[in-house]
Amino acid sequence: MHIVVCIKQVPDSAQIRVHPVTNTIMRQGVPTIINPYDLFALEEALRLRDKLGGKVTVLTMGPPMADESLRKALGFGADAAVLLTDRFFAGSDTLATSFALSTAIAKLHAQEPVSVVFTGKQTIDGDTAQVGPGIAQRLGLNQLTYVSAIRSVDAENRSIVVERRAEGGVQVLKTGLPCLITMLEGTNTIRRGSMDDMFRAARASLTVWNAKDAGVEDMAMCGLKGSPTVVKKVFAPQPRKEKAVQVATEGKSPAEIAQATLETLFAANPKLEGDLLKLSAAS
Amino acid sequence: MSNPKTPAAAPAGGRGAAKKELPERFQSYKNVWVFIEMERGKVHSVSWELLGEGRKLADKLGVELAAVIMGPPGEGITHAINDSWAYGADLAYVIADPLLTDYRNQTFTKGLNDLVNTHQPEILLLGASTLGRDLAGSLATTLKTGLTADCTELAIDDDRCLAATRPTFGGTLLCTIYTLNFRPQMATVRPRVMAMPERTEGRSGRVIEFPLNMAEENIITKVLDFLPDVTSDKVNLAYADVVVAGGLGLGSPANFKLVTDLAEVLGADYGGSRPTIQKGWLPADRQIGQTGKTIRPKLYIAAGISGAIQHRVGVEGADMILAINADPNATIFEFAHYGIVGDALQILPALTAAFRERLGKLRMAS
Ligand SMILES: Cc1cc2nc3c(=O)[nH]c(=O)nc-3n(C[C@H](O)[C@H](O)[C@H](O)COP(=O)(O)OP(=O)(O)OC[C@H]3O[C@@H](n4cnc5c(N)ncnc54)[C@H](O)[C@@H]3O)c2cc1C
Ligand SMILES: Nc1ncnc2c1ncn2[C@@H]1O[C@H](COP(=O)(O)O)[C@@H](O)[C@H]1O
Repeated sequence: MHIVVCIKQVPDSAQIRVHPVTNTIMRQGVPTIINPYDLFALEEALRLRDKLGGKVTVLTMGPPMADESLRKALGFGADAAVLLTDRFFAGSDTLATSFALSTAIAKLHAQEPVSVVFTGKQTIDGDTAQVGPGIAQRLGLNQLTYVSAIRSVDAENRSIVVERRAEGGVQVLKTGLPCLITMLEGTNTIRRGSMDDMFRAARASLTVWNAKDAGVEDMAMCGLKGSPTVVKKVFAPQPRKEKAVQVATEGKSPAEIAQATLETLFAANPKLEGDLLKLSAAS
Repeated sequence: MSNPKTPAAAPAGGRGAAKKELPERFQSYKNVWVFIEMERGKVHSVSWELLGEGRKLADKLGVELAAVIMGPPGEGITHAINDSWAYGADLAYVIADPLLTDYRNQTFTKGLNDLVNTHQPEILLLGASTLGRDLAGSLATTLKTGLTADCTELAIDDDRCLAATRPTFGGTLLCTIYTLNFRPQMATVRPRVMAMPERTEGRSGRVIEFPLNMAEENIITKVLDFLPDVTSDKVNLAYADVVVAGGLGLGSPANFKLVTDLAEVLGADYGGSRPTIQKGWLPADRQIGQTGKTIRPKLYIAAGISGAIQHRVGVEGADMILAINADPNATIFEFAHYGIVGDALQILPALTAAFRERLGKLRMAS
């Protein structure tokens, strides 16, 4: 079974800082990581392969240095890696991204039929959760988002049963292969790669495709040109004008501070007392 | 697997075309639509929140506001239509079909796609729930239009375009996004980000029915089962009137008892900052913030939470925020309304006692 996992290399946003004066993002020196949500997709793909046999190909679209993430994925145990990189891809929004990725997946499929495509739930930089559904629509794959568990795969009858997080509960869905799965976070833990995989990853030669190699015929579908959305402005959130009114604490006991706090809150909103009374009675 | 090649009607333009000149074929696109999310006969409140927001956009544009209702024929739909009038809709597009009993991507994408192509809205809003995101992502692709996810602010600019603002770069910044040359302009908004509108009784509007035109044997995905969450009726953090939350400043999972004690006395729900979830102190559905729940309570009490921007965006809608932090310079004091500089481990139990006494007295008196 051939499984494709889409991973994205992202700046470790926990370490992004905004320049206090210019409001621009200071990316310099910010380390990059595999989008954390994509690791759940990768692990699930590796488990499927371990169970059913076959091959896991990791695919990323990004700048040439995104090969680091692919090597990391190989180190975890992926079998093959494809880097999609071209200046025509720069500035892609989700529609253009799903176009480029699905074109590359179609090419991989032509080389070796693909049964399941995995993506993460969302990225931590784009944060849209749209690229997965976009790929599914473009390739006509059965779409399974927010999957929390794969119950069974019937390779012979080309069907799959999964649990999908829905509002207020879990849907158990059965659909046909090929399908696209966006994996929910926290559903598994990425394995430690074996020594063998680590060595292999270090030496492996990655497949690098530009737009043409991947099979893109119409460059206008890519990058800025192929993106219907336009980012008009980026700005820092407005600080609130007034800061918090501090309850006086000096020389006071916690009980006194608590009393003073109640007085302050109830004075500010006289209705609050009644609201709390109702709520506490109801619970 | 089919080929991702563009359909013949591939839109030319995009950002490369730069100029804001709406192609002629989109000029007939009118009105603001809100997708009414209905599962198991119940409408998700986010849909009403969006109708409230959609009303403002429609009024600014001078157009009509439509509710799009899809589901199995029956009472659920009737209720949804009536509630749509009360929350501000002028018309309702209804696709009633037994095949829409459970949410499935294929059926809902097909129905909504056909409806959009026939009745042509300029703006289409959906809730950023699991259902809404699943549907919006595929619909934007079949329609080949722009979609802005998880917006925190929607406005109409001078050129009658939708200006959709959302957090970016992990929430450290905001950005405003336009879909200039394509229609509809699509956006999703998370539950509780927009305020719940007031109901206006006695309003009504036009119902326009639309067919689904599908047969079960052509739908590949089957729903085998639905397992309702055991805790779903209990954890309704996003809609709680009072919320007490703790952060890393509490020091240990055991100290969370101080948070739940206070919550219990207040009849409040409780939650935590992201690291408390990552450390396993609280389950994931208790996370408050950009990647957790957005809350809009009347009172929010945050103890030992520093107030990082990702936390802030999830709590800013609260009417009143009380922060307890040992550090007088903690960021949370920049957006909380009231602050107590002190040790949460001492202040929380004192608050619990004070509220218990006060509410007890009031109860006796009433
Ligand atoms: C992409 C992304 C998404 C994120 N999403 C979220 C999200 O949804 N929600 C969220 O909360 N965070 C989120 N974060 C994390 C966020 O950036 C902060 O790291 C997090 O909110 C900090 O949690 P905290 O305030 O509990 O811990 P800390 O920042 O460590 O703050 C602890 C606070 O406790 C105070 N303190 C210490 N001891 C005491 C005491 N005894 N009494 C009183 N106060 C005390 C300290 O002064 C300090 O202010 C996200 C981050 C990223 C990068
Ligand atoms: N540039 C990319 N390269 C590979 N996969 C991507 C890329 N962008 C997004 N994805 C995949 O799509 C998922 C959703 O991304 P997003 O829509 O940006 O939230 C991610 O978790 C990835 O699996």
